Amino acid sequence: MNTQARFPAASRLLHWLMAPMIVAMLFIGVGMAATVSNRYELLVSIHRPLGIAIFVLCLVRIVNRLINPPPTLPDAIPSLQRFAAKASHIVFYALMFVMPLVGWGMLSAARYPIVLYGPLRLPPILPHDLTLYAWLRDLHTDLAYLFFATFLVHFGAALFHGLIRRDGVFASMTSWR
Amino acid sequence: MKPFWFGAGPVGSVGALVRLGAIGAIMLSVAGAFAYTGGWLSAVQLTQDRMMAAFQDANGIHAGFRRNHAKGVCVTGWFESSGQAAPLSKAAVFKPGRVPVVGRFALAGGMPFQTDEPATVRSMALRFLPPGGEEWRTGMNNIPVFPVNSARGFYEQLLASSPDPATGKPDPARMKAFLAAHPETVRALQLIKERQVTSGFANSAFNSLNAFRFVDESGASVPVRWSAVPVQPFAADSAEPAAAGDENYLFDDLIVQIAQHPRKWRLIVTIGQADDPTNDATLPWPADRRQIDAGTITIDQASSEDSGRCTAINYDPLVLPAGIEPSDDPLLSARSAAYARSFTLRAEEEHEKQPSAVTSQEVQAEGKS
Repeated sequence: MNTQARFPAASRLLHWLMAPMIVAMLFIGVGMAATVSNRYELLVSIHRPLGIAIFVLCLVRIVNRLINPPPTLPDAIPSLQRFAAKASHIVFYALMFVMPLVGWGMLSAARYPIVLYGPLRLPPILPHDLTLYAWLRDLHTDLAYLFFATFLVHFGAALFHGLIRRDGVFASMTSWR
Repeated sequence: MKPFWFGAGPVGSVGALVRLGAIGAIMLSVAGAFAYTGGWLSAVQLTQDRMMAAFQDANGIHAGFRRNHAKGVCVTGWFESSGQAAPLSKAAVFKPGRVPVVGRFALAGGMPFQTDEPATVRSMALRFLPPGGEEWRTGMNNIPVFPVNSARGFYEQLLASSPDPATGKPDPARMKAFLAAHPETVRALQLIKERQVTSGFANSAFNSLNAFRFVDESGASVPVRWSAVPVQPFAADSAEPAAAGDENYLFDDLIVQIAQHPRKWRLIVTIGQADDPTNDATLPWPADRRQIDAGTITIDQASSEDSGRCTAINYDPLVLPAGIEPSDDPLLSARSAAYARSFTLRAEEEHEKQPSAVTSQEVQAEGKS
């Protein structure tokens, strides 16, 4: 049907590895900020190591992006959509990088231990400061909403390409072979 | 020229419109699931925000203060581990040796300027800081059991004790209805009422109330509760200082005593048996359970919250080292979640905070007397 180039295999692997992690992270985050149920302890214990895992994978992904640039979009794509696609990718990369750091930083400023698993803990990266904590804690929430909104737009755009335009853009990330 | 937005394409056919509708429905579902998870779609689900609102209804707004146990002082000292708890828990804090401690004594309730009264629940919060960063934080109270056994119970008790907007006083009918629905609270309040109230913080015993699990090197675990039992001798409370007009008599007395010489508590760990309730903090364990003297807590310095090292700390009961794990007590998650939200709120309000009831000047003056 078309000759749209696919994303390189490493890019597809990273995308599909991280997509469920990030979506899970957003739901865990909004859930643990609300609940007082027994799930709270479990959600917090997942949220911290998962966030750090996303951060590490994000670094890998940035390197991959430099080695393996994404395929160009079909010529028929309107320029506003091109801009939106490009901008959303930049926002995603920025958020994947910044969100875990803001989380790590806010826990540091509050002097919460940053427990990964068992005795494994991360050191604080910022001074113990309540006002700094408050600022970063609010930023963490705001960025999470931006992250979720960007995900929703990205998801909708992917479906739009896959179901409406059928221009090969959806398959450029979803095809397995 | 490239089209700017929707290009010439299959959009417009009936089939495409159906598919477009499907995309919209999928996106709405995902957004709805997110909103549901965030607790925004339910008018009754108990959330951290609703818990904080209940504290505000009960106590009013006191910007910058903890939502509960709002009136307190900071203390520092150390924990000298006896090593006796080490076979049961692999936590570094229980290996023989000395570990710095940053603590806080406080009165229960969200009123930071309440007058010290004998019957008000007293609390001791501790932060153990062993080398290697595996912290342990615990908040303990001078009551034998907790009045409620669930987050919902705590919330409803808070609402029932909140002043009625019409009269400015709690409505006895609401408390009666709450107690009728919570027989576990009635039983617990009886035990709490029967406790011996001592003359001050320094000779009060403080109990973890919630159960935890100690995990040893092999991974085996036992249910535990712990207490800080005073070395200072018992003296019954004589409420005269409060009557004489010292609103901070409990805190002033503690500051004087610590200035005279360090005060000590033994950290007693009670080992539960398989049938002992770990998920219900209103129920005491049988009195004959094995107890271990894990070491001695020594407090040698007090300071006002306005300058002390406990102020910017959340005494979150789920800050635990490897070797201490939460039990199935639902109050642990509830406390941790509520403390976290309270901590964030007071951090946001930090710039509006008034001086604490026990000021730095007061601590200095009492310490010299």
